[in-house]
Amino acid sequence: MSHLPSSFDEMIAADGSIREAYTGYREWYDGQDQAVLRRKGKEAEGFFRKTGITFNVYGDDAGEERLIPFDMIPRIITAREWRKLSKGIEQRVRALNAFLHDIYHRQEIVRAGRLPQRLIAENAAFLPQMVGMVPPGGVYTHIVGIDLVRTGPDEFMVLEDNARTPSGVSYMLENRETMMAMFPELFSKVPVRPVQDYPRRLAKSLAACAPSCAGESPVVAVLTPGIYNSAYFEHSFLADQMGAELVEGSDLRVIDGRVAMRTTRGYTPIDVIYRRVDDEYLDPLTFNPESALGVPGIMDVYRAGRITIANAPGTGIADDKAIYSFMPEIVEFYTGEKPLLANVPTWRCSEPDSLAYVLDNLAELVVKEVHGSGGYGMLIGPTSSKKEIADFALKLRAKPDNYIAQPTLALSTVPIFTKAGLAPRHVDLRPFVLVSPQGIDITPGGLTRVALKKGSLVVNSSQGGGTKDSWVLED
Amino acid sequence: MAMLGRTANGTFWMARYLERAENTSRLLEAGFRMALTRDAITAHEEWRSVIITVGATAAYEAAHGCDYSGDKVWNFLLREKANPGSVLAMIEAARTNARSVRTALTREVWEAVNESWMSLKDVLARPVREAALGEVLGAVRRQMTLVRGAMDGSMLRNEIHNFTRIGTFVERADNTARILDVKYYVLLPSVAWVGSSLDNVQWESVLRAVAGERAYRWLNAGKMDPRGIASFLILDQRFPRSLAFCVDKLRSNLFGLAHEYGCESTAHQLMRELGTTFHQSNIETILEGGLHEFITAFIASNQQVAQAIEQDYRFYA
Repeated sequence: MSHLPSSFDEMIAADGSIREAYTGYREWYDGQDQAVLRRKGKEAEGFFRKTGITFNVYGDDAGEERLIPFDMIPRIITAREWRKLSKGIEQRVRALNAFLHDIYHRQEIVRAGRLPQRLIAENAAFLPQMVGMVPPGGVYTHIVGIDLVRTGPDEFMVLEDNARTPSGVSYMLENRETMMAMFPELFSKVPVRPVQDYPRRLAKSLAACAPSCAGESPVVAVLTPGIYNSAYFEHSFLADQMGAELVEGSDLRVIDGRVAMRTTRGYTPIDVIYRRVDDEYLDPLTFNPESALGVPGIMDVYRAGRITIANAPGTGIADDKAIYSFMPEIVEFYTGEKPLLANVPTWRCSEPDSLAYVLDNLAELVVKEVHGSGGYGMLIGPTSSKKEIADFALKLRAKPDNYIAQPTLALSTVPIFTKAGLAPRHVDLRPFVLVSPQGIDITPGGLTRVALKKGSLVVNSSQGGGTKDSWVLED
Repeated sequence: MAMLGRTANGTFWMARYLERAENTSRLLEAGFRMALTRDAITAHEEWRSVIITVGATAAYEAAHGCDYSGDKVWNFLLREKANPGSVLAMIEAARTNARSVRTALTREVWEAVNESWMSLKDVLARPVREAALGEVLGAVRRQMTLVRGAMDGSMLRNEIHNFTRIGTFVERADNTARILDVKYYVLLPSVAWVGSSLDNVQWESVLRAVAGERAYRWLNAGKMDPRGIASFLILDQRFPRSLAFCVDKLRSNLFGLAHEYGCESTAHQLMRELGTTFHQSNIETILEGGLHEFITAFIASNQQVAQAIEQDYRFYA
């Protein structure tokens, strides 16, 4: 194993002093009794179980529900840092929507020679059914999660764009609830920007995208695959908090050119669907005919402009990892500005020179599947054995198009609470962004995911990651 | 806000499963008590009648043959995987339904159901020994009481509440009727019983199975008499597990829905007929026409009302 570069710790500077973001918190923390904190940590777990904030793990014992571990030390961002970040995020999200519109219309970016045609034409996430149509309100990706990593005081980079169905926002909200319940006095001491109105803002943002046939107060529904889906808790949580109906495919039917839900009084039309079902399963008449999760005929209603689907079908093309490597060009092409947020340098293994470099340097790189997610199917060179690297090289050679590679980043660390006191662990950040014709709305903070294992760089909950409350300080 | 048909279905079945879990545990409590006061052979008979009452004879005998020893029966009814109607399976089913309609429930109700499931899953993780049985049954009853309290204290009195209550009383009426029917056979195989001396302990067990022995004693100054007991369990509107009480609650919740929706449906018509049958009956006419016949007809009507509700309110696509 080679050595990982040393990381930027967000709380403690190299000289041992406490960084600006954490001074108020640390003052409070140092006055706490460790035994009390330990007890509170245990209580938090009980609280999560009782409330049912669990996720299902595929492939485990049927129906098993697990907790995502919660760490009680907050991840803190100053107002100044956040201002800068949110500008970059807004720019990126604007570009993503413009890109999607272009891809399904004139494909100017391809004509201009800035993006290879094959990345679109050969991409499974590209939906021909979307060509030439404009979604109600002109918005493609209504809810976006931008995964950021930090490597230094001012170095934030985008690791991944989640343009189709970013999840985790319920954890952002419940983590804050939990922190406020555990340490109410802390919040009167340190001024933290609130996140709790996210569901209200989501409801407002979705309603603003309603089709023209909708009434004064559009009917919004959350479409879930059902209780066995890994994110079911989040679906029901958001529906509940928004006061929207939580529907399954079997509740819906196309009647008189509208999508309607079966209520105890008969079928009632709905205007906006916040769907948590993948494109492929959305409409058995258009996509996967086996799907029981979707609504037969919904795509016809959609093309007729009589329902809003959030996020729009076909947005997945924008968060593909091969497209990701072109994001700097994409941002510049549509906004006419230099990207404010950097991409992580990325080698496309489909290009022979890059492939050769990647194969030569596997031990230093992170290699990911182009269409993969959730931290599955990736290689982290510096923490892998010689054999793992050799095995991976075979896969890579066999199908180079399927992979991209990035340098192993020294992700920043934030301390977690352990039996032995504070200990640094690697983190990332997923801010949540809402898009409507009325504008782009970024909730301050987001979801911080943390690799709980010492030295680990994998923050995914499916791979033993946990979460933290994320604070943006008031000015 | 409109209510989904699937949501009405989920709250209805959540309530039914909770009620059935509670009734099964009461039945076990009565069976246990009876078995303790009998010799081995009659104890087995007693346990067998418990299995008959919950309608699990086939499933039980497939798992245990004709061995009706107590520990086999109570473990089967409490927790065995071979029994899809075990208390644990019921509570799991109630919780699954609650989870699927979580947006229709208050946080308190959801948490009460979820906590019941978590704690009883724990309690029933291993076979229950005789020494622990009383405690386990008590725990089941306590959890169900907590859920009921959360419903009572936190739910809006709207259609969601109506569907929940309807589920509770459809199930309870069915359970009380089945207990009555089975005990009628076990205790009174011939019609020549009238005026014969009766085993008070046996009758008491019927009352115990519906948690009514103290209420009955209080109302009847301790006098045990089969006619009085039958009348109490079928017709006494003061007793919350009598058929009459269940019918009355079923009716008021169903008409509550009609009021909220501004229209009646098939279920209301059937409910009226069931109500009329009850109003026109007294214990004499019931016994004359045959208790068994009365009960069988009641179980069928109760089921018809439930089915009409499922249809009228679009529980299924």
